[in-house]
Amino acid sequence: MPVDTGKTAAPLEFRNVTKRYEGTDAAAIKDLSFVVPAGEVCVLVGPSGCGKTTAMRLVNRMIDMTGGEILIDGKSISGRSPADLRREIGYVIQHVGLFPHLNVANNIGTVPRLLGWDRKRIASRSAELLELVGLPAEMGKRYPSQLSGGQRQRVGVARALAADPPLMLMDEPFGAIDPINRDRLQNEFLRLQREIKKTVVFVTHDIDEGIKMGDRIAILREGGELVQYDTPDAILANPADEFVARFVGADRGLKRLALTNLEQVDLDEVTCVREGETISPGTWVDNDIVVVVDGERKPIGEMTRDVSSDSAVTLGSARPVGASIPITASLRDALSLMMTESIRPLLVLDGEGRVAGWVSIDQINKAVRQVPNESAAIDAAGIDLDK
Amino acid sequence: MSNDFVAGFHFVFDRWGDVLQQKTLEHLAISGEAVAISILIGVPLGCLLGHLHRFSFIAINTSNLARALPTLAVLSILLPYTGIGDTTAIIALVILAAPPILTNSYVAVDQVDADTIDAAKGIGLRAWQVLLRVELPLALPLIFAGIRTAAVFVVATATLKGFFGGGGLGDVISNPASFKISGIIGASYVLIVMSVLAQLLFLGIEYLVTPVGLRRRRLSSPLRRGGVRPATEVGDDALATSQLEQAQLKQAQLEQGSITR
Amino acid sequence: MIVAVAALAAKAPVIPGSDAYGKTSKCVKDNGTFCWDWVRDRWSGTVGPALVQHIQLAVVAVVIGFAISFVLALLAYRARWLVPPVTFLSSLLYTVPSLAAFYILVPITGINDFTVEIALVSYTLLILFTNTLAGLTGASGDVRDAARGLGMTPTQSLWRVELPLAVPTIVAGLRVAVVTIISLVTVAGLIVPDGLGAVIYTEGLKKNNFNTALIVGGVLCIVLALAADALLAGLQRLITPWAAARRSR
Ligand SMILES: Nc1ncnc2c1ncn2[C@@H]1O[C@H](COP(=O)(O)OP(=O)(O)O)[C@@H](O)[C@H]1O
Ligand SMILES: [Mg+2]
Repeated sequence: MPVDTGKTAAPLEFRNVTKRYEGTDAAAIKDLSFVVPAGEVCVLVGPSGCGKTTAMRLVNRMIDMTGGEILIDGKSISGRSPADLRREIGYVIQHVGLFPHLNVANNIGTVPRLLGWDRKRIASRSAELLELVGLPAEMGKRYPSQLSGGQRQRVGVARALAADPPLMLMDEPFGAIDPINRDRLQNEFLRLQREIKKTVVFVTHDIDEGIKMGDRIAILREGGELVQYDTPDAILANPADEFVARFVGADRGLKRLALTNLEQVDLDEVTCVREGETISPGTWVDNDIVVVVDGERKPIGEMTRDVSSDSAVTLGSARPVGASIPITASLRDALSLMMTESIRPLLVLDGEGRVAGWVSIDQINKAVRQVPNESAAIDAAGIDLDK
Repeated sequence: MSNDFVAGFHFVFDRWGDVLQQKTLEHLAISGEAVAISILIGVPLGCLLGHLHRFSFIAINTSNLARALPTLAVLSILLPYTGIGDTTAIIALVILAAPPILTNSYVAVDQVDADTIDAAKGIGLRAWQVLLRVELPLALPLIFAGIRTAAVFVVATATLKGFFGGGGLGDVISNPASFKISGIIGASYVLIVMSVLAQLLFLGIEYLVTPVGLRRRRLSSPLRRGGVRPATEVGDDALATSQLEQAQLKQAQLEQGSITR
Repeated sequence: MIVAVAALAAKAPVIPGSDAYGKTSKCVKDNGTFCWDWVRDRWSGTVGPALVQHIQLAVVAVVIGFAISFVLALLAYRARWLVPPVTFLSSLLYTVPSLAAFYILVPITGINDFTVEIALVSYTLLILFTNTLAGLTGASGDVRDAARGLGMTPTQSLWRVELPLAVPTIVAGLRVAVVTIISLVTVAGLIVPDGLGAVIYTEGLKKNNFNTALIVGGVLCIVLALAADALLAGLQRLITPWAAARRSR
């Protein structure tokens, strides 16, 4: 269901922001500057205690900064009343913090009620959001204690979205969920984000989650120092320093492969023949394998050059199809499957199971060496915030 | 009117020797006896039930129920059957004192960290050794908090004995004809001092039996007073994986296996 | 139940000068274990009004005590430094034995219901203050963080989040307070001629331990306490459906 897309997303800018907690010498955040363009997910990632939560909570004034400026949609937050500001910013935390005494619908309706919406509008908005986060409408009457962890997390996201805020803050939102459900929630959120296109600040200490969720990643070091701010691909390809390289891990090449899926690669062409057809020697391309397909171009067998020669193809002379992989899979999955298949090329199938092409180790090699297509380090001054 | 308060002090000093000392000792004797019996009933029973983690409903609700049995009412109902005398008073006071001791003992042993007990079993302690060496030491502070509550109740309530057959400071308080208002106020002073001393004495014991690591938190908690335990909320996160969640988990695993071979 | 208990009873001694009991049946004259006719005769004149007075005294004490404790707890919730002194004072008041408290007040306020109420109210403070405060501070940090993060002002958060969440704890405190006060009103009957304690004292103890009055006073007092407790428990279930949902899991 489409969400009301009035002012759907706003850019966020940190300008030389500093935060020093009372009674501490070292700053928790030091001279932090970066820009999150409207509608993008910015992941703040770094080791525990590096100031991610602090940076995030400065945005909705849960904490007040010591110096610098934060601008939402080009306007400074300093003069705003904290309560009013927070009602315009979605907020999701690790333990969700649903109100135990309110049912799910009323939890979701919290901010609309604070904003003085009428009952009917709140009720229909709650229902709409339940559907948006993939929960059945009956769940609106349940109390939080009657939900599973994953369901609570979805309600938390719905509650944050209730007043259609242009900016969302999420502090390790999936941190307390088991790995498989976390993966599910991450995918759901990505799907949701494609639909709602909010500006999102997403805090995590898990670099893999950061790579998966972020359009951009800000890597922080102890003391809230920004070490690198770029797209996941660029960070994996060119870590700014030893710290980042270690933080993203020695397997960053593989992680980078996970970012690209087969649709984005120039696949090798496949020689396809139907049963009964004859192949002239000139039609062989690249490797020695020819794929036998049915009327819809779905593979039913394969054979090698010397077997087929010039005679008509029969299924009897073909062997079963070797390894295949869907086109939506990542290069990393492809590589992994290739390893178990003695590095031979894999047959790539499209959504309907039709032959789309070959992927070989050479293409993966090429992808690893490729310079990130857009190194997106944004210069704060260079971006047009009024777009 | 302030004269009465001064007169009360005079009464304490003038009549300590011939009246109050004896009445105070009587008062302490009957209170001590009632508390001792209550401990003998409440502590073993409470600890046993707590150790077994069974019958929590009974163990916790006895003190709620007992609170609804005003000692004066209990005395009144008992009197026609057990007559005037120490027995009646002791029964009524034990009905007052045993439940909070029982309940606190139950909760004290029941709430000892399950991991700690597991570890104790793991290094080879027998059930009774677990109770005596692990659960009991950790439970002592709370057990003594129950005894303190009970003792303070008993010292205050033993006064009623003066109205039911005699004995203790209640003799003075129930007899304005002989002792005048000054006597009643003087006896009240003694009673208040006794209650406060009982309170302090048991607070001291509670402190001494509290393992050093837990001291600050336990003792300063006023919530243990008078058996008042604020209703506790059950942790939310205990139920993260429901059946539905497990079904989704299965489905997710199936989806992940979509790389065909 | 009363009859069953009475059947087990030993015979009490016959008391001389039995016209002190007013209209006299043989049972009353002999101080039988339980005389229904006395209860019938004296219900409208003595026992019934005493029951009503008992309830009135208790309700007034709990209402005033709750009002004071509630305000103190709200203040202490905002200004935490108030907690130790308030707890100390209310603990002290709670430690003073009820009879001593009644008598110490007599020279100042006289022998009347006002004196009784002051003492009773002073007993409710510790329980009600402690539980109200515990209830308010009991909301988890995440819930409070969420309330603030969604844009509630501190006052909105207090009334919409902390206070509703405190209801079960507050009611738990009220239950203890009500039952305690019903018990103490009985003790007050030893001093002022009101409530079921007065039935026990003036009709029972003062009249050579008249059994029927003792039993009627005692049993009614217990029934009243149990009924009040059950009423509050029921009320709580009604106003906090979410807590029931949590329990039933
Ligand atoms: N309220 C506070 N008072 C003092 N220091 C704090 C406070 N909150 C966080 N800190 C300190 O600030 C630093 C950053 O904390 P935080 O932002 O929570 O880190 P992260 O979310 O990255 O784990 C840590 O060193 C932490 O100890
Ligand atoms: Mg954090």
